[in-house]
Amino acid sequence: MFKWLDPYAKPQVLFATLLWWQRWLMPLSIVVLLLGTVWGLGFTPADYQQGDSYRIIHVHVPAAIWSMGVYAWMAIAAFIALVWQVKTAQWAIGAMAPIGAVYTLIALFTGAAWGKPMWGTWWVWDARLTSELILLFLFLGVMALQNAFADRQTGDKAASVLAVVGVVNLPIIHYSVEWWNTLHQGATITKFAKPSMDPSMLWPLLICILGFALLFGALTCLRLRTAILQHEAHRPWVRQYVQEQQHAAV
Amino acid sequence: MSHVAVFRATFQRELKLLARQKADWVNPLLFFIIILTLFPLGVGAKPNLLREIAPGVIWIAALLSVLLGAERQFRQDYRDGVLEQLVAARSPLLGYSLAKIAAGWLGSGLPLILVSPLLALFLGLSTEALTAVVLTLLLGTPLLSLLSALGAALTLSADKGGILLALIILPLYIPLLIFASAAVEQASFGLNYQAQLAVLAAMLCVALALVPLAVQKALKLNVG
Repeated sequence: MFKWLDPYAKPQVLFATLLWWQRWLMPLSIVVLLLGTVWGLGFTPADYQQGDSYRIIHVHVPAAIWSMGVYAWMAIAAFIALVWQVKTAQWAIGAMAPIGAVYTLIALFTGAAWGKPMWGTWWVWDARLTSELILLFLFLGVMALQNAFADRQTGDKAASVLAVVGVVNLPIIHYSVEWWNTLHQGATITKFAKPSMDPSMLWPLLICILGFALLFGALTCLRLRTAILQHEAHRPWVRQYVQEQQHAAV
Repeated sequence: MSHVAVFRATFQRELKLLARQKADWVNPLLFFIIILTLFPLGVGAKPNLLREIAPGVIWIAALLSVLLGAERQFRQDYRDGVLEQLVAARSPLLGYSLAKIAAGWLGSGLPLILVSPLLALFLGLSTEALTAVVLTLLLGTPLLSLLSALGAALTLSADKGGILLALIILPLYIPLLIFASAAVEQASFGLNYQAQLAVLAAMLCVALALVPLAVQKALKLNVG
């Protein structure tokens, strides 16, 4: 596997690959997200109990799922960075952390907006809400640590250690908080059981989940490319690339 | 030098430092007591209320006071070049980290346990609750020392060490806070709290096995 991955550790090769992926993922994610949200918000039947306000699920659930998904990807990148000392994997952590933080914020905000009409309160100290909030703190911690050093390399390495420590801690935090307090409704879609949701509502939700994943991929490509340019600014190929871009712009 | 030899040498040196620089362990202890005095002043001195919030208050004060001492844990050795020499000489950092953590616990964890009977007077705890406080502190403060050492090692060469350390380590303290204060609360109702103690012990074992490795890695990347 490493032989296959090895060329991508080279920033220049990775840069070109990311550019290719970004060109596909960006438009695709926009189309899929538009499809999912328009279908979900406009054309699905209203819930018999929650009325129209349940429709926020099409933003809330994908953001919540992928806030954790982003953390998992970040931890994988951190692991690669620590074990094989791949520089580009370290930069990927910095590229992903803010995306994850924003997804977490979206999940918290939409959750609060959904909670107000349904539970009658913006915020409860419920297990899932609390672990999502802690997840936000973990993302912010990684970001803060990465930017805290005069030497950028040290920051990248320290952030990768923290991301790995966080992923060991995340299940412990999750279960301890769960054990501590629970009000949130149980999971609506699981792999193993038949989903407790009508197909007419489920499909747009699944499309939105896919859309959030694609958007995460596209944004990661964009941010990682920027990071590569910043870190490699002194290299000839970057200068040449920038000149070409300027040329094309004129 | 072997891990054991490095551990012994570092630990003896740390003990000497603790004996000579008394402020290192007296100040966090005073901080702990002062925070505990602030709470009755802030929320009102009704005995029932105090008894109710006591588990959380004690544990939050303990988290903060251990964190307060943590920042300086590796800083001196980093500034005067001891760490650099250890890395350059390829001597085992694991023994060094473990000795630092153990000494850190002696300096900031153990005093809290010794002073905890005082809490019973301050917050009106029953004997059962006080026993639970002592037991959870006994299991929990080593865990606090381990995690705060990790934070200190990670932020060693950072520009704004102190507040950053708190930012990245406090979220990791949350499981400990939950189980420890739950144990004290159960005890104050006269209920069984062995399950919480078992969970605390399990978390301590996991941390003891993994955290020193991460500390070692963090120290190396800050020096190298």
